[in-house]
Amino acid sequence: MGQEDALLSIEHLSKEYYGNIVLRDVSFDLKAGEILGLVGENGAGKTTLMSVLFGMTVISETGGYKGSVRIDGEEAKFGSPFDALDAGLGMVHQEFSLIPGFSTMENIVLNRETMKASLLNDVFGDRMSLLDRAAMRQRAASAISKLGVTLDTDMLVADMPVGHKEFTEIAREINREKTRLLILDEPTAVLTESEAKILLKALRNLAGQGIAIIFISHRLQEIVEIADRIVVLRDGTVVKDTVNESLSIKDIASWMVGRSVSVDRKQDGAGRSFGEDILQVDGLWVDMPGEPVCDVSFSVRSGEIFGIGGLAGQGKVGIPNGIMGLFPAGGSVRYRKKEVPLNSPRAVLEMGIASVSEDRRGVGLLLDESLEWNIAFTAMQIQEKYLKFRLGGLIKYRDEAGMRALTAEYIDLLDIKCTSPKQKVKQLSGGNQQKICLAKAFAMKPDLLFVSEPTRGIDVGAKKLVLDTLRRYNAENGTTIVMISSELDELRSICDRVAIVNEGRIAGILQPSADVADFGLMMSGVAPESSDAQETAHV
Amino acid sequence: MSGKYTVKRFLSENAVIITFIVITVIAIPSSQLSANYIIQEMITRLGRNSFLVLALLLPIYAGMGLNFGMSLGAMAGQVGLILAVNWRISGIEGLLFAALVGTPIAVVVGWICGSILNRAKGREMVTSYMLAFFINGIYQFVVLYVMGMVIPIRSPAILLSRGYGIRNTLNLESVRQSLDTAWMLTIGPFSVPVVTFLVIASLCLFIVWFKRTKLGQDMRAVGYDMVVAEAAGIPVDRTRAISIVVSTVLACLGQIIFLQNMGNMATYNAHDQTSFFAVAAILVGGASVKKASLPNVFIGVVLLHLLFVISPRAGQNFFGSAMIGEYFRQFIGYGAIALSLVLYASKARREAVRVREVQYGHGGGKKAAGEAR
Repeated sequence: MGQEDALLSIEHLSKEYYGNIVLRDVSFDLKAGEILGLVGENGAGKTTLMSVLFGMTVISETGGYKGSVRIDGEEAKFGSPFDALDAGLGMVHQEFSLIPGFSTMENIVLNRETMKASLLNDVFGDRMSLLDRAAMRQRAASAISKLGVTLDTDMLVADMPVGHKEFTEIAREINREKTRLLILDEPTAVLTESEAKILLKALRNLAGQGIAIIFISHRLQEIVEIADRIVVLRDGTVVKDTVNESLSIKDIASWMVGRSVSVDRKQDGAGRSFGEDILQVDGLWVDMPGEPVCDVSFSVRSGEIFGIGGLAGQGKVGIPNGIMGLFPAGGSVRYRKKEVPLNSPRAVLEMGIASVSEDRRGVGLLLDESLEWNIAFTAMQIQEKYLKFRLGGLIKYRDEAGMRALTAEYIDLLDIKCTSPKQKVKQLSGGNQQKICLAKAFAMKPDLLFVSEPTRGIDVGAKKLVLDTLRRYNAENGTTIVMISSELDELRSICDRVAIVNEGRIAGILQPSADVADFGLMMSGVAPESSDAQETAHV
Repeated sequence: MSGKYTVKRFLSENAVIITFIVITVIAIPSSQLSANYIIQEMITRLGRNSFLVLALLLPIYAGMGLNFGMSLGAMAGQVGLILAVNWRISGIEGLLFAALVGTPIAVVVGWICGSILNRAKGREMVTSYMLAFFINGIYQFVVLYVMGMVIPIRSPAILLSRGYGIRNTLNLESVRQSLDTAWMLTIGPFSVPVVTFLVIASLCLFIVWFKRTKLGQDMRAVGYDMVVAEAAGIPVDRTRAISIVVSTVLACLGQIIFLQNMGNMATYNAHDQTSFFAVAAILVGGASVKKASLPNVFIGVVLLHLLFVISPRAGQNFFGSAMIGEYFRQFIGYGAIALSLVLYASKARREAVRVREVQYGHGGGKKAAGEAR
């Protein structure tokens, strides 16, 4: 720590959001020309760390941070990302920030164009200067040549393959004369294998010219290939900071997923029997922004709790959303030997499939309505339960008594903490809102239930209750449950099988008792060596 | 597949322009108008309207859609003309004076309009449309009460008989066609208002030049993606506001050119349809909410006004009533706007599907799944 020649040194950095600690005493150094591989699961603190480095306003708005960031040995406190840029930091985000209608060259020099004075400068200021396109092209070309790749400076971004976009973005960062530290967040996520290879080579080139690089990737293979040093973050702490020498991917995977605690498994596979396959998904694709699904096939047996895990943005949440018709989807989904119509939420619900959305407040609940309304809503809309009919069904009105009884039943069953069944759900805590979502799905008496991120944003006690409820509901009613979660522990504790999604595809299906490192490897898109734990994926 | 595909794509991309050409070609013979008459009308109308339509370009570049708020600029120009007539400044000087008075007013209302539209990102068009109604109220108040009560009006000929407020119709005899006739070139049977065309040409040159300036570059960047532009340090709100200010000022000048050609002015509703006709013209010319160019402007003016010229006569000959042609022209104008907006939306949707196909393999996941097996 605090090495003399360190370009960047982070010392005892801690950060909490509203009492929730996300970074705890993080320290590491980075020398000029060094490539640091930063690895961690979702929520390990990578994003927060980068936000601190870049002086994002969200950090100061939530009470700043403890510890220090030093650049060239001097304390750096950035008020805004622009300060960080001035200090020589450059960042390439996961989503491209390029102007689609502009050429490579125009994007590389965006808002740093070379200008020639024009007649109107004196009257209207510098913005009336003409652009010096020749000089701009030259600067762009020199940035591209630093990368050591070939790019057409006049090609429009909209017409480019993804790989070129990535290079354009990197070229833009190194076009700043001062850029000495480049941070790349999942740069290879969208690239093909050959494009990724070229990128890695380009990064080596840059490092050779003295630019320090922080490389964040879930593809551990690449980390091992390119990094000089590897830092593994888990739950906000640095669990490993080591030189990249004779490390195996498996080691890194197990550091990343870690948690030596044995999985609390109340039920064993033994004694559980399943029926035939009731849900068959074949070649499903879903266009869900941020969670795209490319080609997913799996099948779920009747009575089973099937888990789907994986890192954020890899598409696991897209699967239930696509099947439930909430985002444009294609492929084939068969339920009880009948084709499920995609892109039609109502038809799916009518087949007896229910879902608990990961977007609790947006999709899951009617925030301004009472508990009664929320719990009975879907059943009322889809199955015409809790309605009274008059004039031969011409007039329908709500069965208030039925709704009250239903709500009372679930308040009791799920231990929902509320002042009255008439209370508005937005006044409830996150955990209790989640229970309402479950109750709403249960009220439909579903045959198959999708549950997405059931424990996100709720406290430990509530988590346990939610998981217990799911398990009990499955045991008592024989409901098949497909649970999608970012928490691997959770999946392993209640599921009968766990599928891991990587880059929009199922990387493999594992028994919950499988080695934790195998899960970590699959999340990184590497097939585990000990394949005995892996079930052959149903196709 | 390419040949068939490109024809289909060409048709769908130019649906509005093709519809117009077809209707016009059918209607021209039945109007029984002579070619000379039609061509002379087109020359006149190009001179009269082009400047106004050009005023729409900058906000489209800045991604703010069609600036229905340009009638704000038109009102500013009208105030200038009223004062020019009041002070009996005639000829080209009168027009320059009107521009001199109108421009600062246009800058101020344009800035107000731009600031308001910055608070309504994504809904600029409907907001500017409504804003025009609101500013219209203020204009009516100024012209109907303030002029003659607060602002002294020396010429009784333009005042209402009650002593304040401007008459419904303002005679612009003093400045009538002073720009057009400054140098009227006669080519064969046609007379061409050279100076007016020179003014329009210099505006075109300005726009071409402007696109190559730093501000023009920033404006296009903002138009494509506000978030990216902001992250690159471009002052997004300011750039958008400037595009509206320039558009409003151009609309002010354009309205002065328009009215000097007409020779009189409906004081209280001359500006009502300014933005409607300009927007219809640029859309008919093949522009969309997101994309427009100089050729769109001129093609649009010619096509739209060609139909305007022939439709009353065609109506007369077809149905025995010129009024039907008159209705037809309203119907066509609004229809063109609605059609292009709908086509633009469906094009955006098709584009999303196309992107999806590229991303998930041809025709969705099925084939990709097949390959995987």
